[in-house]
Amino acid sequence: MVTLQLDRLSARYGRRQILAEISTPRFEGGRVVALLGPNAAGKSTLFRRIFGLLKGGGEVRITGAASERPVAYMPQDTGVNAVLTVYESVLMARMQGRSLKVRPEDLAKVDQALDELGISPLGARDIGDISGGQRQLVSAAQALVQEPEILLLDEPTSALDLNRQISLLTILRRLAREREMLIMVALHDLGHALRFTDEAMVLQNGQLIACGSTAEVVTPELLHRVYRVAARIEPCSKGRPQLIVEESV
Amino acid sequence: MSVEIARTSQQVKGHGFYRALVLRRQLILLALTLALALSFCIDLALGPARFSLGEVMAALASPDAVSQQARVILWEIRMPVALMALVVGASLSIAGAQMQTILSNPLASPFTLGISAGASFGAALALAFGVVIVPAAVEYVVPINAFVMAMVTAFLIHAMSLRRGVTIETIVLLGIAMVFIFNSLMALIQFFSSQQAVAAVVFWTMGSLTKATWPKFWVALTVLVAVLPLLARHGWALTAMRLGDTKAESMGVNPRALRLEVMVLVSLLAAIAVAFVGTIGFIGLVGPHIARMLVGEDQRFFLPGSALCGALILSIGSVLSKIILPGTVIPIGIITSLVGIPFFLFLILNHKKASW
Repeated sequence: MVTLQLDRLSARYGRRQILAEISTPRFEGGRVVALLGPNAAGKSTLFRRIFGLLKGGGEVRITGAASERPVAYMPQDTGVNAVLTVYESVLMARMQGRSLKVRPEDLAKVDQALDELGISPLGARDIGDISGGQRQLVSAAQALVQEPEILLLDEPTSALDLNRQISLLTILRRLAREREMLIMVALHDLGHALRFTDEAMVLQNGQLIACGSTAEVVTPELLHRVYRVAARIEPCSKGRPQLIVEESV
Repeated sequence: MSVEIARTSQQVKGHGFYRALVLRRQLILLALTLALALSFCIDLALGPARFSLGEVMAALASPDAVSQQARVILWEIRMPVALMALVVGASLSIAGAQMQTILSNPLASPFTLGISAGASFGAALALAFGVVIVPAAVEYVVPINAFVMAMVTAFLIHAMSLRRGVTIETIVLLGIAMVFIFNSLMALIQFFSSQQAVAAVVFWTMGSLTKATWPKFWVALTVLVAVLPLLARHGWALTAMRLGDTKAESMGVNPRALRLEVMVLVSLLAAIAVAFVGTIGFIGLVGPHIARMLVGEDQRFFLPGSALCGALILSIGSVLSKIILPGTVIPIGIITSLVGIPFFLFLILNHKKASW
């Protein structure tokens, strides 16, 4: 099973230190890890550093990976104006680093990724013609079609309506379990983090200030300290932890 | 069970759609190739001595079957010009297509990045003052000057693009700045040179296929044939570049390295083309846009599509340059702009889908 551990990981843009010596316990495949923190905490930078797009001190330790490229990364959404259909854009994500010849199994994987995320009907649409939320699901399909063992998702729900947020996170959690895939997902909705993730790590000003099981990490004290809001966490009628935000402080 | 069936049918639908799309694009590429072959034959047939398409076909199939006069006219005089139209059209269009791709800018082309202007300046130095940048046979002094200056321009732009704070959007602005600089230098050259030299410079900048010869054709073709597979090798990565650097990086592409390599390759293509036939500004901008409308931006279709569109436009331009004023061959650069731009505007304004 694949595992991921960060050991004193740091990153800088020019002279500015963005991440300072981030060390985590070992995260295992099959788990969903929430990456939390306010704006500009360094979440995207951490993803880029783990994915290898940024150099810096420390080490990203991946063990037990079966493939050469075990990590896929879905960056935050940006608009596109390419003249490509959704189907082609997902196929292209799968074919990177491969020959120009598309095999039937490649098409089957594209079908599967689109199907899993419920966006098969979008296949023939132009990527520039779909909504921001749909584009985000297509981005998720582009990451999934690479068959990663570790999947890094940078705010995959930011443009989705409530229904699609819940459905995407449910699908991701199921896929993590089924494929023993480790998913690390940056989220702003702590309620979603409580409900859909197993572990959480919290960044603030480029430093890791909490890491552990989500239920233990997401507490009223943390919310006060990091997000500067007064909040309670209470079980709902079904026993699930419910986040109730009262006011900003 | 029913869920399983539903899934299977949906997968077939996904496959089916994509297969149909691929087939349609292959047919479009085939149609472009046939149109190109037809235009090429018409181009050969037209001129002061007119031949029927049948005679042209016969001369192409077996040169010995036609009269010696026809053979000389078709094979020795018209063939290099007609073939040069294809190679130059394809080269300029591919150069424009990849410049637009790597710079994410619909205005990028050898013309707007200043490469054509650089070439014109190099040519003007030779034509007006006899400046020889690299010693060579007299016939090649002008094209070599043009080529060297085109490459110098490309490298200047690249060097400037490496400075901090220069974004890919700025690169096109740098190119346009180069166009203005070279245009001013050209004006300066013309101001100081003889009337005869001014005429030569002006004629050169109009772009004309009549400068084509067999050796020039072989050089241009060799460069095109060498560069094409190097670009095709990066097909998937180049397609990914159109989703933006961040997205491309997330798919494992190194945008900076790819941009540098592709820029060198397409500058070479554009520089060779412009050096041999002069400034033909329209192809590198419009060829790729028409290809994009026809076959999309998957590079497996976009690259050959751009090449075919560019070659076809220039070949049709060559035909028109002979028939608009019978007895006169109007410089091709004028034709492609005058006839091509209204056609291009018509396409853009009537195209239902956004094409950038």
